[in-house]
This record gives sequence, structure tokens and C-alpha cells, in this order.
Amino acid sequence: MSIMEYNGGSVVAMVGKDCVAIASDLRLGNQALGISSNFQKIFPVTDRIYLGLPGLATDVTTLRERFRFRVNMYTIKEEREIEPETFAHLVSSTLYEHRFGPYFVEPVMAGLSKTPSGGVKPFIAATDLIGCLNFAKDFVVAGTASSKLFGVAEGLWEPDLEPEDLFETISQTLLNAVDRDAFSGWGCIVHVITKDKVVTRTLKGRMD
Amino acid sequence: MANADGGAYSYSLTVFSPSGKLVQIEHALAAVSQGTTSLGIKASNGIVIATEKKTSSILIDDSMLDKVAVVCPNIGIVYSGMGPDFRVLIAKARKSAQAYWKIYGEYPPTRVLTQEIATVMQQATQSGGVRPYGVSLLVAGWDINRGPTLYQVDPSGSFWAWKASAIGKNMVNAKTFLEKRYNDDISLEDAIHTALLTLKEGFEGQMTEKTIEIGVITVPTVTELEEGKIGGETGRPKPTFRKLSEEEVRDYLAL
Repeated sequence: MSIMEYNGGSVVAMVGKDCVAIASDLRLGNQALGISSNFQKIFPVTDRIYLGLPGLATDVTTLRERFRFRVNMYTIKEEREIEPETFAHLVSSTLYEHRFGPYFVEPVMAGLSKTPSGGVKPFIAATDLIGCLNFAKDFVVAGTASSKLFGVAEGLWEPDLEPEDLFETISQTLLNAVDRDAFSGWGCIVHVITKDKVVTRTLKGRMD
Repeated sequence: MANADGGAYSYSLTVFSPSGKLVQIEHALAAVSQGTTSLGIKASNGIVIATEKKTSSILIDDSMLDKVAVVCPNIGIVYSGMGPDFRVLIAKARKSAQAYWKIYGEYPPTRVLTQEIATVMQQATQSGGVRPYGVSLLVAGWDINRGPTLYQVDPSGSFWAWKASAIGKNMVNAKTFLEKRYNDDISLEDAIHTALLTLKEGFEGQMTEKTIEIGVITVPTVTELEEGKIGGETGRPKPTFRKLSEEEVRDYLAL
């Protein structure tokens, strides 16, 4: 069995109108055996950037600390907050450093970047386990339910969704996708990032 | 011991003298003040850095001499002092800029690169078996965070941001001249002319496009930036630093 499916878990991110959303399940398993229904895989990087790390749980924890370190160093050195685009490249290069002995995670990022004219632009991206970047205009998926997430997201997502509608879309996408995956589920968490706030909600899911 | 040359504290290791001075660094500064004059002026819409290019013989092919160097598309450096030391520093600066690009997918902000160069220069004042770099640098750059910025780096590794500064042979006179001429809302075109006028003070020989080198930072407009951000993933953004060609320098000298 693949190491990528050892603990299970899935993440999805979507673009809306001047907002982005990122959501994950809360399961931590030991293969088919469920261990925890409160395992966080999404972490705030700055006030406006969130990072999802589905994959091998030990690497999820290690990488969270590694990125915390590197982003803190960046913030101090540059005396500014990191932009989502820059952070995406940082994630990519950090993973590629371990090209021949990789961390078993597939990061998903969501954030709002500043435009030169002073507005905000939604930004989402995902990479594979060795850091190959995928900048998407609509949605990105990763984890054990990624194939199912792709299917549901293709059907539900539409452009320029307002924050409330984006929340509904990403929640239904995740809930329905993880129900078709034995390694994901056991509750969900959703973050909707807008210009002036981040709304975080936990969702109940099937416990089987 | 208390000779004019620094006595026992002036050779090999950089060691504190009892008066608390690092005499090697003062010697390095002396090497800088023997070098040809360089200056930089920050304008409202850009920066100009300029230098005098002197050759010891008319037989030297001066097209080979490069005193204004491009480090990365948004940063350029000019120096006064020892040419070979500058070449080594530039090679390190370019490498550092590319290393930054490899990690973050963008070129470093001026301050970050300046700090990196300053660190290299500081290390030469505290390591065994080396001497300090015999150069002062003027680093001109543009970045989205701080806009156009002009830094000076000295052999000690200290650095400051300037609105206008001069280094090298005529630095005291040139700085006084700049203090009189400078105001905050000077345009880039005016700054280039002020730069040439300042160099003219105490210039030895004829000022021509062969004996002057100029580099400029042009601040991009908001529209250019918006376009650059869209094409940013695949296409290269337009460079903000460039060296003026001999033709352009000639045109500025003619005015």
C-alpha cells in the first residue's frame, strides 16, 4: 500500500469573487483504522494565506514547523508579510530540496494577494510531493479523495461565487467526495478568506 | 607604534588597536578614496548612478571596462576603489540574487541584496587570512515593497540608504555639491544632468561617452505592474535597472 494513503485525508481549495476557500477533512487513520476525528491539516501562514497539507501525518507536522520557521525568517528579514505567490514558490523549492527522498505530502495553498493598484486578487495553488506547482484559476484538490473531489468540484464549481455561496460549494464538494473515500472523512473544516476577515466553520460528516 | 601608517596594527589580521580602531578598515577606506569618483542620486521616478572611467594608458581598450554592473533585472551597482575586489563582489551578488530567485521565484528586494553584500564585506573584517574589500559600493534598485532605493556599502560592511551620495576621490566636494543641488521632487532626467554636473567638478580630462558610465532605475507605472503580474508566470517582467548605451550618454553630455 502506498505511503500517501497510510493516514488518509484530503484538502480542496476554490476561487470565488474577491475571496478564496480552503477545506479539509479531519480524519487521521492507521490504514483502515480510524484514530482521530480532529486532525488538523490546514494551517494559517499569514492572516491572508492558508496552507493545507494532506499526506503522511508525521510529515504534515514536520512541514508545518518547517514552513513556520521559513516564513518567520522571511518576515523578519524582509520586514513584510509574504505574498501568496512567493509562498507558493517557497513551498515548491522546499519540497524540491528533497527531490530524492521526499516528504509525503501534497500541499494546497489559498490566499489573497495584493495587486499593485491596492486591491486583492484570489490565489490558489497546489504542488505534488516534489514541489511541481499547479496554479489553477478555479479549484485544486489533493489527498486520498482527490479523484472524487475532482469529479464533484467539476460539477459544482462556477466562476465569481460570493463568499457565502463559495462556502456552500466547497462544503458540499468535500462532504460528498469524502463519503466515497474510506480514508477521508470524519468531519470537515472550512476556511473562507475575504479581504477583511476569515470565516472558519467545522462541519459534521458521516462517521463510517 | 603610533606611526602614521598604523604601526603593528596595520598588517595581516584585522585586529583592534588600543584606541579601538580597526586600522585595516581605515586603510581600505583610503584605497576607496583613491579610486575614481562615483555617485548616485535618487529622483522621484527613478535613480541614477554614474561614475568616471579612467584608463592609465590610451592604448587600453576601454570598451572592456565595466564599472556599472547589473546584478539582476531590478538592481545595479557602481563602485569606487579596487576593480578586482568589485568583480569578486559582483560575482557573489549575482549568485546570491539567483539563489534568491530559485527559492522565491522573484528577484530580491534592494535591501535584502544589499544586506547580503554587506555581510560578505563584514566577514572579510573578521576572518583570518583575508583583507577587507577595497571598495565602496552604491547599490541602486527597485522593488514593489520599498520602491526605488539607493544604498552605500563600505569596506567595514556597514550600509546606509541615501537620497544622494558620492564615493571615491572627490566624494567630499561632490557631496557638498549634491547637498546644494538636491531636492526631493527632482525628476530622473534632471537627476542625470545633476549627476553629470557633479562629476564634471574635479573631472580630470575630457568627459565623453567613453569616460563616463551611467546606470538608471526607472520606476514602473501601476499599469505596467498590473500587466507584468499577469505575464509574470511565464514571461519575464521588464527590467527596472539598465545601463545607458554610449549613444545615450553622448546625448546627455551634449545637452
